Amino acid sequence: MAKVLVVTSGKGGVGKTTSTAALGAALAQMGEKVVVVDFDVGLRNLDLVLGAERRVVFDFINVVQGIANLSQALIRDKRLENLWLLPASQTRDKDALTEEGVSKIIAELRTKFDWIICDSPAGIERGATLAMRYADEAVVVTNPEVSSVRDSDRIIGMLDSKTVKAEQGEQVQKHLLITRFDTARASRGEMLSIEDVLDILATPLLGIIPESQDVLRASNVGAPVTLNDPDSAPARAYVDAARRLMGATIPMMVPSARKGLMDRLLGRRAA
Amino acid sequence: MAFVFSPVVPIIDWLEEVDATLRQSPGFFAGKPVVLDLSAVDLSENAIAQLITSFEQRSLRILGIEGVDAARLTASMPPLLMGGRHCVIPNNEPKKLEPKPKPASLLLDSQIRSGQSVVFPEGDITVVGSVSSGAEIVAGGSIHIYGTLRGRAMAGINGNLAARIYCQKIEAELLAIDGYYRTAEQIDAASYDGPMQVWLAGDVVQITPLN
Repeated sequence: MAKVLVVTSGKGGVGKTTSTAALGAALAQMGEKVVVVDFDVGLRNLDLVLGAERRVVFDFINVVQGIANLSQALIRDKRLENLWLLPASQTRDKDALTEEGVSKIIAELRTKFDWIICDSPAGIERGATLAMRYADEAVVVTNPEVSSVRDSDRIIGMLDSKTVKAEQGEQVQKHLLITRFDTARASRGEMLSIEDVLDILATPLLGIIPESQDVLRASNVGAPVTLNDPDSAPARAYVDAARRLMGATIPMMVPSARKGLMDRLLGRRAA
Repeated sequence: MAFVFSPVVPIIDWLEEVDATLRQSPGFFAGKPVVLDLSAVDLSENAIAQLITSFEQRSLRILGIEGVDAARLTASMPPLLMGGRHCVIPNNEPKKLEPKPKPASLLLDSQIRSGQSVVFPEGDITVVGSVSSGAEIVAGGSIHIYGTLRGRAMAGINGNLAARIYCQKIEAELLAIDGYYRTAEQIDAASYDGPMQVWLAGDVVQITPLN
């Protein structure tokens, strides 16, 4: 049965789009048929992170308006035949999204895919509420710092009240994905610890993605980090998270930076 | 007092109406005196006898007959009545149930998230879970939080000086009782560990351990 998964956070720049691309690619590599849908109308990025920006012809809004049909707008990934992208429109804004239009497209995608991953825009306005509206499950992306955690808390409250599932008296299944986690900084108390974040948000943990240059490097070449450098720490953390989404039980690893003596000396001097 | 049946022509249709009434409230006429008022119809002796029979088939016992010439009644029929008067039966309306008093407490069975505001001026609020930073609880009575209070809690908003705030752990942004308040700056969260209660001593908001 198709699952609609929204990747959301409230705050911007915490890694929603990166996580959407990485989880989508990881699920597709596991043989699932996946479509990633960009809801960030006017500020689309998912096409860049997936390296599909030069192949966009029609977009989400064109399909809503009936200018194009869904199969014309869907872009198949060149590396993974199970991964598809439905791009957002760059020339419009969030007001172009309508509840009926989104509902119709999600319903049509449900018949074609195993996973529909909706990349939510930041904020709590129209774009974000429509991205979560039809979700069955949600990945709440949080950085271990107070403003991101508080915004995520707000989003969790909205997932529990503003979604179709919530209005029907059911629950959107929520997963917490902590990104940009830096063990060294957390141990020095410059970041919230995992325990603090879990205590405040009281939501099951899906994964911990370490802060890494590999993520930026992958974005720059237009590939999900799980494809670009599968052996890197963030890629492995994303693959584990994707397997947990599939129902696997995998022990949670708090990524520890393995540093040599020189690194530690330099690290201390810099601090 | 008796119930008066006044047949009209055609009798068959009228009897159907009677049957419909009986179906709606079977047993309503059981054991009650019934009078047949024939002033609206002109029936022969035979027809009257038939009508009486059909009433008996419906388990209605006729006490007397009204509005007819005595010559048309036989000895076996109910006697002729005269001088009957109409009366209005007072409608015994079922007593209205008194509205149940509203519960004076509100139970919230989940964490209160940032941006959510719970207002209950009628009484106490109980939260089974934490209250997040950026959330707000406003109660006419006391506030009970079985978790950490990280947001704002305002108790006794309708002038209830005796209202209190209880929580398992205090990291509040604002505490208020009947308008007297303390902001996070005036609450040294680090010095309050474990379950706390917040109450009003004069015009000072006090925070003391619960045990």
